[in-house]
Amino acid sequence: MTYEVKVYVTLKEGVLDPQGSAVKNSLHHLGFGGVEDVRIGKVMSLRMEATEDTIDNQVKEMCDKLLANPVIEDYSYETEEVVSS
Amino acid sequence: MQLLHEPSPSMIKQEKVYKEMGVSDQEFQMIEDILGRLPNYTELGLFSVMWSEHCSYKNSKVLLKKFPTTGEKVLQGPGEGAGIIDIGDDQAVVFKIESHNHPSAIEPYEGAATGVGGIIRDVFSMGARPVALLNSLRFGELKNPRVKYIFEGVVAGIAGYGNCIGIPTVGGEVQFDSCYEGNPLVNAMCVGLIDHKDIQKGQAKGVGNPVLYVGASTGRDGIHGATFASEELSDESEAKRPAVQVGDPFMEKLLVEACLEATKHPKLVGIQDMGAAGLTSSSAEMASKAGSGIEMNLDEVPQREKAMTPYEMMLSESQERMLLVVERGSEQEFIDLFEKWGLKAKEVGRVTEGHRLKLVHQGETVADVPVDALAEEAPVYHQPSKEPAYFQQFQQQAGYRPEVSDYGKTFKDLLQQLTIASKEWVYEQYDYMVRTSTVVAPGSDAAVIRIRDTEKALAMTTDCNSRYIYLDPYEGGKLAVAEAARNLVCSGAEPLGVTDCLNYGNPEKPEIFWQLERSTDGLSEACDVLATPVIGGNVSLYNETAKGAIYPTPVIGMVGLIHKLEHITKQSMKEAGDVIYLLGEAKPEFSGSELQKLTEGTIFGPSPAIDLEVEKLRQSQVLQAIQAGTIQSAHDLSEGGFLIALAEKAFGTSLGAEVTIDDSDVLAAFFSESPSRYILTVKKNQQEQFENLIPEAKAIGTVTDTATIKVTDKQGHTLINERVQPLEDAWRGAISCYLKSKD
Amino acid sequence: MKFAVIVFPGSNCDLDMYHAIQDELEEEVSYVWHDETSLEGFDAILLPGGFSYGDYLRSGAIAKFSPIMKAVKEAANVGKPILGVCNGFQVLLEAGLLPGAMRRNEKLTFICKQVGLKVKNQKTMFTNSYGEGETITIPVAHGDGNYYCDEQTLDRLKKNNQVVFTYSENINGSIEDIAGITNEQGNVLGMMPHPERAVDILLGSADGLKLFQSIVKHWRKQHAITT
Repeated sequence: MTYEVKVYVTLKEGVLDPQGSAVKNSLHHLGFGGVEDVRIGKVMSLRMEATEDTIDNQVKEMCDKLLANPVIEDYSYETEEVVSS
Repeated sequence: MQLLHEPSPSMIKQEKVYKEMGVSDQEFQMIEDILGRLPNYTELGLFSVMWSEHCSYKNSKVLLKKFPTTGEKVLQGPGEGAGIIDIGDDQAVVFKIESHNHPSAIEPYEGAATGVGGIIRDVFSMGARPVALLNSLRFGELKNPRVKYIFEGVVAGIAGYGNCIGIPTVGGEVQFDSCYEGNPLVNAMCVGLIDHKDIQKGQAKGVGNPVLYVGASTGRDGIHGATFASEELSDESEAKRPAVQVGDPFMEKLLVEACLEATKHPKLVGIQDMGAAGLTSSSAEMASKAGSGIEMNLDEVPQREKAMTPYEMMLSESQERMLLVVERGSEQEFIDLFEKWGLKAKEVGRVTEGHRLKLVHQGETVADVPVDALAEEAPVYHQPSKEPAYFQQFQQQAGYRPEVSDYGKTFKDLLQQLTIASKEWVYEQYDYMVRTSTVVAPGSDAAVIRIRDTEKALAMTTDCNSRYIYLDPYEGGKLAVAEAARNLVCSGAEPLGVTDCLNYGNPEKPEIFWQLERSTDGLSEACDVLATPVIGGNVSLYNETAKGAIYPTPVIGMVGLIHKLEHITKQSMKEAGDVIYLLGEAKPEFSGSELQKLTEGTIFGPSPAIDLEVEKLRQSQVLQAIQAGTIQSAHDLSEGGFLIALAEKAFGTSLGAEVTIDDSDVLAAFFSESPSRYILTVKKNQQEQFENLIPEAKAIGTVTDTATIKVTDKQGHTLINERVQPLEDAWRGAISCYLKSKD
Repeated sequence: MKFAVIVFPGSNCDLDMYHAIQDELEEEVSYVWHDETSLEGFDAILLPGGFSYGDYLRSGAIAKFSPIMKAVKEAANVGKPILGVCNGFQVLLEAGLLPGAMRRNEKLTFICKQVGLKVKNQKTMFTNSYGEGETITIPVAHGDGNYYCDEQTLDRLKKNNQVVFTYSENINGSIEDIAGITNEQGNVLGMMPHPERAVDILLGSADGLKLFQSIVKHWRKQHAITT
């Protein structure tokens, strides 16, 4: 079975996000004064085949080992089964 | 089935589909005559890119012929990826400049980054190790938010690519003028080093030899980039623009290392990068230069996207790709060599007899055209030329002279003019030190790179004061070459040669063609007199927006040789007590000067003229005095004039200057930009030796340790008395100050 | 003494490191390609700057999986000096040989210039040739040099004197101006500034040479004791 996995990696709360701050300031200058916080992260799309191990286990391991740096980053993900056409 | 959306040969002719590709009726007829039949869509595509101005120089060829291109030390003139000049000890320097203006106008980061990537490939495809990058950049006025965006993006793009690949960005120039609003100029130059025995040529020799494709796979990005670069920018450009090419400096870093290893392999026959017009130009040019043909099977071309047509593959300008021809039987050795670097080399075709480029796709021949027709036989146009009305008017406006009541204030104002202000904000984003050879970092007249394991060094610069070229293309052209050479001389180098990047408006307009014609006259004359042949370069035309053309901007990239490390001279003052000399006379000429721009907000009048013989004499005098060890620091007088040059000599040191001027015309002494002038500092005990070498130089004062700049007249009246620090702060902070302002 | 310069795909200060050791320090040095698995015979390991694997995911994130990294960890465990500069520092952080992580520079732009550094601990095997509290000039060239660690880690770093270099003027947003740290044992140093670019006064500064001399001094002393 094939899955589409979307992994979201963001800086942990409490870790300064210089890109986010810069974007927030720009938004304020553009008149969007209501924006209280901007955090910038990454989205990674993976397309993968199921193996013996569950998709969840595999994705968690990938994130812990490579896709995110646990010192400064948090991650979350969504999986969706691809219906073959 | 993918041919469904491609019109048939007869439809192409009937509905004049070729016009969309920038091919004229007359050119279409030529193609039909060459083939003896109607071209199909793919074939028409091949002609349209190869006959674009960008690839064929069809509008500029007649003028480029005027340049002196030969010399004792020239090992390779124009026509290959980059030119080569001998620097002794069986070593040579390879360099070239190229524009990436239109892509940078649309997507500044990627446009600039891929410009850098392209010029690096031109240099290492000659077999040379790229050792330095320079950039000549021009933008609109920084008040405009779109200009800020483009400026910041271009600088970040250059930094992103150059820093990652690990080639130091050591110099260049940044200027601002409203004529570049909407059409910035991004000219990237790369300098490389090579041993004579390693020099490669982009030739496809030896019938039966395999053609290898190496590097990134081919996508639909940049299709018709060469044609796009050969049209004016308009609102439609946005819609018409090809998918933006994205640079991959990591891939290129691997390519550099792998290709340099490949160029040392005895079984390499030829190598060329896939630059503008991608697979088409690299294959057609390699075959044409070798007097052979090439047959390619497009099914073998590595593809990044699905269902690509032959037309798309041949016209794609995907980055970081190289084409190699190797001896039959050695394919596997090359495949293994590239594999070590994590790169795939793939055989996509072979060298054939009979000078044709033949393309096969899914078992069918999809193109079969003569290679010389593509590479060499593009039509050549001599566009009509007409002296513009503005020029005639400017010639009548001699004698412009502004009123300056407060010299000190004007001095400070000029220091903050963006063209003069420190470019630290820009170059601190560039890794200018990697490879640990940068002896003179950005910010001096020229950058200097030592050549490891020798006593030699290379000095390099880019230069062009486009204001003077606009006022008078002929005089301005001479001034540009002279200033570039003067910058090199100030660093202790003997100028070797030139690479030029000719940026102009639409050459089909007679007034623009006249600019092109007159300025190339001036450039040629100066290159001739100063013995700096043009060994390659690039032409970028159609730099226009709805608001008009840019100033004619032929950027001069020049490289010089410093024979001994001890000759390396910086512009900064060295020691308190040194004597300050001025060489050259200031004439009361202010048209085109920074002072005129500051006072009037615009420029007009006749350009200053230059006597090239005087220029040549002074360059040789200064170089001799440097080589004799009599000069502590040297700086030429350019934008802003004497006071600015003096201040620049003090910045970054803790020193100051006390000078006396005896000119009756203080305004000219302070702010005139008359050419062929220098400020030199000399140790007291070397004055005599120095004066013997340059008797015309006038001692005007001394370097002090008080960090003030004090200028008095002959009668002892103080004209200027400023502390250096506030001047330096204003000069350093001007650009970031503009960027922070929100209006 | 024999130095190894590890070369990852995308390393670009390997040449500078090599020449600093060979030409200025005048010790033996070899490049070691990332897919090697042994560092036997080397007395000190240098991880140079650059953009390993393009640094496309995170600086240093992919390099930590290179085959050679196992040998680097082993060398660290047996107490050999390991120096990671710039991207090399980032690799050491990602590999867990040093605590903390790098964020993008506060002002978001790449910074290349000579900076002042305070030597906070001159008792390490990397700094024994510097004077106490000495301020030195060494260039930086990085986009991701904004050092971060949590408070407990910071406390530990300070308590153990693991903060070896701080910036005289905070250029990138690093907490506590941190420019370079060691591991607890003191044999692994990571620093953002480039000592290998400051070994020849012709290029602006020779203050970095003492760092390499310190390594040699330490090694000689140790070697003299053990033999």
